[in-house]
Amino acid sequence: MDGIHDLGGKQGFGSVAHSPEEPVFPGPWHAVARALMTVVAGAVEASGGEFRHSIERMEPGHYLTSSYYEHWLTAAATLAVEHGLVTRAELEGRAGGRFPLSGPVLAPPVVDAGPDVDEPRFGVGDRVRVREWHPPGHTRCPGYVRGKAGTVVRVDGIHSVPDIEAHGAARRREPTYSVRFDAAELWRDGQRDVSVHVDLWDSYLEAA
Amino acid sequence: MNEEGHHPAPVSPVEQRVAALEALLTERGLVPEGFIEEITRRYESDIGPLNGATVVARAWTDPDYKQRLLADGTAAIAELGFGGAEGDHMVVVENTPAVHNVIVCTLCSCYPWPTLGLPPAWYKDPPYRARMVREPRALLAEMGCRLPGDTEIRVWDSSAEVRYLVLPERPAGTEGMTQAELAGLVTRDSMIGVARL
Repeated sequence: MDGIHDLGGKQGFGSVAHSPEEPVFPGPWHAVARALMTVVAGAVEASGGEFRHSIERMEPGHYLTSSYYEHWLTAAATLAVEHGLVTRAELEGRAGGRFPLSGPVLAPPVVDAGPDVDEPRFGVGDRVRVREWHPPGHTRCPGYVRGKAGTVVRVDGIHSVPDIEAHGAARRREPTYSVRFDAAELWRDGQRDVSVHVDLWDSYLEAA
Repeated sequence: MNEEGHHPAPVSPVEQRVAALEALLTERGLVPEGFIEEITRRYESDIGPLNGATVVARAWTDPDYKQRLLADGTAAIAELGFGGAEGDHMVVVENTPAVHNVIVCTLCSCYPWPTLGLPPAWYKDPPYRARMVREPRALLAEMGCRLPGDTEIRVWDSSAEVRYLVLPERPAGTEGMTQAELAGLVTRDSMIGVARL
């Protein structure tokens, strides 16, 4: 989905609130929220794709104004409700107020994942172009590289396609590649000597 | 009221929501005794940037190891006992006088846990994720990492299964130092690529 999480290249954000070091968890509830996501993901057997998508489906305003572990809390509660572990009414009753959850899944369940792709279609040095498409479900193809051409710099292993595994029990495995994009090609702003490398599944790409 | 006579801090709405989910899952028998404490302890104590610093110091002092590290990061890091979730497919990228590498995850917060620990808050926040792929030279300078104008910048967006670690350049004047002393020089930020040593 073209969700708020897909932040690469978005403008208008200010300075990075950088700190050289900080506690692992800013307060006790952050650690508990993190652990509860592990509990829920285990109980409902959520794939990595389903887990990430449960965060991506957060209401954009809430996503941008809440801390990282509030994302995990919201996602854990959403998956717990969707898989029938708890109800929203129970959550709101216990919390003594509103309990915002992520929005519904917009993509249909994947029934037929299609065959695995065992052999890489591309090799190091090949020119490729990222498909220009807007899937309604989970994807790990950032919006800022769609339609852009780049060069394969590394061929990695064969991995489960997140777009498939987020939407049901079906699985398809494909090679992934690291693709180098010239920053000037991405942003048309004349930057020099800057490249951005994005790791992409086979089906996100076509020959350029 | 506690013993000092102060009111306890009010419980925030998000804390109430965490407590509600924890209570309901515990009642359903889904939270094993001590699980939350154990998982918290593991992330606070067992992993952190000292592991990555150990890898870097070894690479600085052992050319054969450095070669293995750049050829197969996962295997070379495992030689030193580090690996596991979010470190199963490691690629190490080397800084040189001419090339600077920096890592980001624009879609979420992917980060090499076994070598660097859990990511800092700023790495997961929108400004870093939005800006590092669009204006890395400006953002690095803003974060205190000023590079000569002709330095090539390579940004690595961790969008699939690989997790990245930057191998920073060994600082000048450190020839006589031991591996342990060298590891003490290596900062987390230098292994993300937002600082040079």
